[in-house]
Formats: sequence, structure tokens, C-alpha cells
Amino acid sequence: MSAQGGSTEILARFAVSPARRRRDRLARGCVLTATAIALVPLVLIVYYLLRKGLGSWSASFFTSDPTGNTFFGSSSIGGIKSAILGTIEIVALASAIAVPTGVGVAVWLVEYGRNSWFAHTVRFFVDVLTGVPSIVFGLFVYIVLVVGTGSTYAGYKGSIALSLLMFPVVIRSAEVILLLVPAALRESALALGAPRWRVIFSIVLPTALPGMITGVLLAVARAAGETAPLLFTAASTHGTTFNLGQFMNSLPVQIYNDVISATPAVEHRAWGAALTLVTMILLLNLIARLIARRSRLA
Amino acid sequence: MTPDGPIPEVADVDPESRADFDRQEQSSAEQSREQGPRRITAAATASPPASSAANVEAKPGLSVRLEQLRAFYGSAEQVKGIDLEFRANEVTAIIGPSGCGKSTMVRCINRMHEEIPGARAEGRVMLEDLDVYDPSVDVVAVRRAIGMVFQKPNPFPTMSIFDNVAAGPRLSSRRGGDLRAKVEAALRDAGLWDEVADRLDEPGAGLSGGQQQRLCIARSLAVDPEVILMDEPCSALDPIATLKIEELIDQLKQRVTIVIVTHNMQQAARVADRTAFVLDGKLVEIGPTQEIFTKPTDPRTEEYVTGKFG
Repeated sequence: MSAQGGSTEILARFAVSPARRRRDRLARGCVLTATAIALVPLVLIVYYLLRKGLGSWSASFFTSDPTGNTFFGSSSIGGIKSAILGTIEIVALASAIAVPTGVGVAVWLVEYGRNSWFAHTVRFFVDVLTGVPSIVFGLFVYIVLVVGTGSTYAGYKGSIALSLLMFPVVIRSAEVILLLVPAALRESALALGAPRWRVIFSIVLPTALPGMITGVLLAVARAAGETAPLLFTAASTHGTTFNLGQFMNSLPVQIYNDVISATPAVEHRAWGAALTLVTMILLLNLIARLIARRSRLA
Repeated sequence: MTPDGPIPEVADVDPESRADFDRQEQSSAEQSREQGPRRITAAATASPPASSAANVEAKPGLSVRLEQLRAFYGSAEQVKGIDLEFRANEVTAIIGPSGCGKSTMVRCINRMHEEIPGARAEGRVMLEDLDVYDPSVDVVAVRRAIGMVFQKPNPFPTMSIFDNVAAGPRLSSRRGGDLRAKVEAALRDAGLWDEVADRLDEPGAGLSGGQQQRLCIARSLAVDPEVILMDEPCSALDPIATLKIEELIDQLKQRVTIVIVTHNMQQAARVADRTAFVLDGKLVEIGPTQEIFTKPTDPRTEEYVTGKFG
């Protein structure tokens, strides 16, 4: 009954048992292994992209169009200028279609539709759309706009296919972010005598902006990397064009074409193009993050 | 529960507070009754040197009368037929246990209740002679006349201190007039000007809780409301910040009518001219604050204010 004995008793009661220590270590080991497994391909992708892609980067790689001439070595195959510009044009038009419309749908769902049956129906179809394979969007646009109109491939048709692909991503991410805007902010703005549309434009959307930019970027990044919807809508071509009504080259389609080429130099160009695509998306991410950070402070 | 019959206590209380009423009559002589339009505030306002310097136009408060007000969430009746008058330029406190419907009742006054999906109200809310639930009434105009301060301070996070206060005039498209002067006057009236004058461009969310709540009060003052509803405005604040808000309420009643919901009975005793006790969606009694706390007519009120339940 000494004080000494009492404190050992207490210690024994509160000490971590060896068995639990082991279980803890095991569990930590498991999640750490999972993380490592997931990291391996990521690191490898970046490694191979850099190792194989950087070699084909040069000034002329970015400033010349592919020639289509693959028989006289790497000096004559040309670069990826038309593919870079084509991707930018096609994705820009696709975003111009999908982002405002998608954000509009999300605003309607959150601010007006709420729990009405129509809102639920819309959400259901948006979810269905999320699961549609990208080639189906390409096929749809091919049937409707290429075969259906009796015309041929064009850049804007690729944009439409990509915008269909972007819709569900934009709508769902914007909806989630809009739901996160505290109801108290809407209420206090409404209580100031602001009409609902002004509350949405001046309070809800600016508050949600940084989050929405992230969602939009996800959609843009996904669209920029898609090959299947472009193969038989925008097709591919060698020359650079700024006319969205014509055949248009794009990075994913050029990568696809180059990879299946028999000429090693052309195959090598695919790596350069892939590295370019990844770098472009990364830059877009960084720029948007900077914008988002600035807008939050303003 | 007699939803259609008038609640007897109400009728009894009004004559009882005669003395109070006389004082009211006096002040209302120089007030709204004669005609609605604005007049220049005299040096009588909250912070005399400030307000007169800014030369703000202000209107006196308006009275609000609830007539058989009932409010529902879906099919659940939360406010069960309340008749109650909030006199112009008085502070009326609403006390009652949690869930008794006092917040809901107050949210019916500026029609915020209907913003909740499935919520609706019945009966009438009279702003002077206007039924704010009349189909021809613009809900936006109602909310400009009847401002609201919420439980948690909620400045707009994307906006600076200045923009927060300017939000009301901007959002309600009531431009015109000098916005800067309006913002300064509102901040002065909310007792915040001296603390933020040199950092109006900083985010409003960077202020302390008490300052944020005064910012929210300034924000609602900037639209020139005639009535301000406060839904437990101090429940998230420490005692010192609370004291500042209470002093503010005392000054503000010279230009607006104030309805304050509070859980804190000492607070009601400190700030309110009259106090209403609400229980289970019904008004138990209303009277001069002093009487409600010292000699209430209804035993339930006595039990509540003496801490026997709630």
C-alpha cells in the first residue's frame, strides 16, 4: 500500500500492451505499403516521360508541323506544333461550351431545383453520363454530326464530343462546392434585401470560385488527354489550322498515330508529345491555382 | 391549444403597460405616423459627433404586429398562432426555452422563414399598415426594411471590411448617394469605425468574433432598415463583446425598432423595453421587461424566469 506500489499499479493500468503495439505497427505497415504501391507507377510514368520525352524536345519540335514523311530519319518527320495548337483550340471551345453550361446546371440544382423530382432526375442522368465511356461520346457525335449531316470531320465536332465528356465532371464538382457554401451566407445576403440572382452572382459564386476552378481543371485535364472522342470527330491532320470547321490535329491523336508507327523516330516523337501534354496540363493547374489564390484575397 | 381564439394575456397586457405607452406616444409624435419619408437625423443618434458629421439620412423605426401568425416546417407546426406587437423604436426581447419557436417567429417577420424548403407561414405580419405577406408585396423590399443579424457572425468571406458593409446597398442595387459616406456612417453607428478605419481593405473574416458581429450589424444598418431582427446575436460572443453589442442596441433603438431573441435572461433584462415569453409556439405573455421579471402574470413565466425549467 505504499505510494510506490500505487504508482506501478497505475502504470500497469495505463501502459500500452505489447500486442496492441504490434497491431499498430502492422496496420501502419499496411497503409504505408499501399501508398508505396500506388506511388511506384506514378514515379515510373514521370521518369519514363522525362527520359524518353526530353530527348525529342527541341525548338523545331514545337515550331514545326508533322510532315508525314517518315522515311528519311528524324530530321524530316517534323514536330508537334499543329497538335499543340489543335488541342488548345479544341479544348478551349469544349470548355467554353461545357463550363458555363455545367456551372449553370449546378447552380440550378443547388439553388433552385434542390430536392424536386426533376432535380433528382437531372442528378441521375448526370451520374449516368459520368459512367459513359469516352468513345461513346465520340461515336454519338460521329453518328449525329458527321454521318448524320452527311459532312466530314471537323475540329468543332471534336469539341462537342469533349464537352459532353466534361459536362458531368463540371456539374458534379461544382454542385459539391456550391453545397459547401454556408447557408448562413445566402441567408444574410437575402436578409439584406438582395434578390436571389444577385446573391448567387455576388456571394455564392465568388465564395465557391476557388473550389470550382479545381473541378473545372479536372474536367479540362481529362478532356485534353482524351483520344477516343477525337479520333472520328476531329480526326487528325498534319498542318496547323485555326479553322475549327476543318480537320484538326491534337496531341492525344498524334500520340496515338505516332505510337503505332513503325519508324522509331516517329515513335520517339510520341514520347515528346506525351511529355508536352502532361506539362501543359501541369502549367494550366499552376496558373489556375494562382488565380484562385489571388481571387480569394481580393 | 386554441389556434383560432385570441390569446387572453396579450389583450390584458397592453393596457397594463399604459405608462410605457405614454412615453411611446411622445416619441412617436415626431415620428413616422404623420408620413413615411426620410428626415435628417438630429444629433440624437447613436454616436453624435460621427453621425452628424457623416450627415446620414435616417428614418425612424416602424412598428411590427403579428396577427395569428402560424409557421410550419412541412406539416409540423412550430409557431401556433401568435399575436404580438413590436412597438416602433423599442427593444423587444423574446425569451423562451430552446425549440419554442421564437427564432422561427422572428424569421417570419422578414420572410426568411420561407427560404427553408418546405417551410411556410400563415396569418399576418403587419409592418405599420402593410401586410408583408400580401401577394403584391415584394419580399426583397420587405427585407430591405427589416434587417436581420444572425446568431453566428457571418461576414462575407470573399469581401473586405468595406465591401461587407457596402454589400447591402450594392446587392440591392440601391446605388446613388456616396457609398463611402454610407459605409462610414454604418460603421460608426455600429461602433466599429475607430477599430477598422485604417484597414477597411482587409478581409472582414480577419476581425475578432465581436467585431465581426458589429460588422454584420453595420452591414444591415447600411441598407437603412426601419426594423432590425436579432436572433441570439451574442450567443457566440464573450461577455465583453456582448456588452458592446448591448450598448449598441441601446443606441440603435433611436433609429430602428429592435426585436431580439435571446436565451440569456440577464441580457433581456439589460436591453429590452418589453419582453415576450414564448412557450411551445405560443405567446405566454408580454409586458414591460421589469414586470416580466419581477411580477409576471402567468405562473409559467415565473417558473421560467426564476429558472425552474427551460
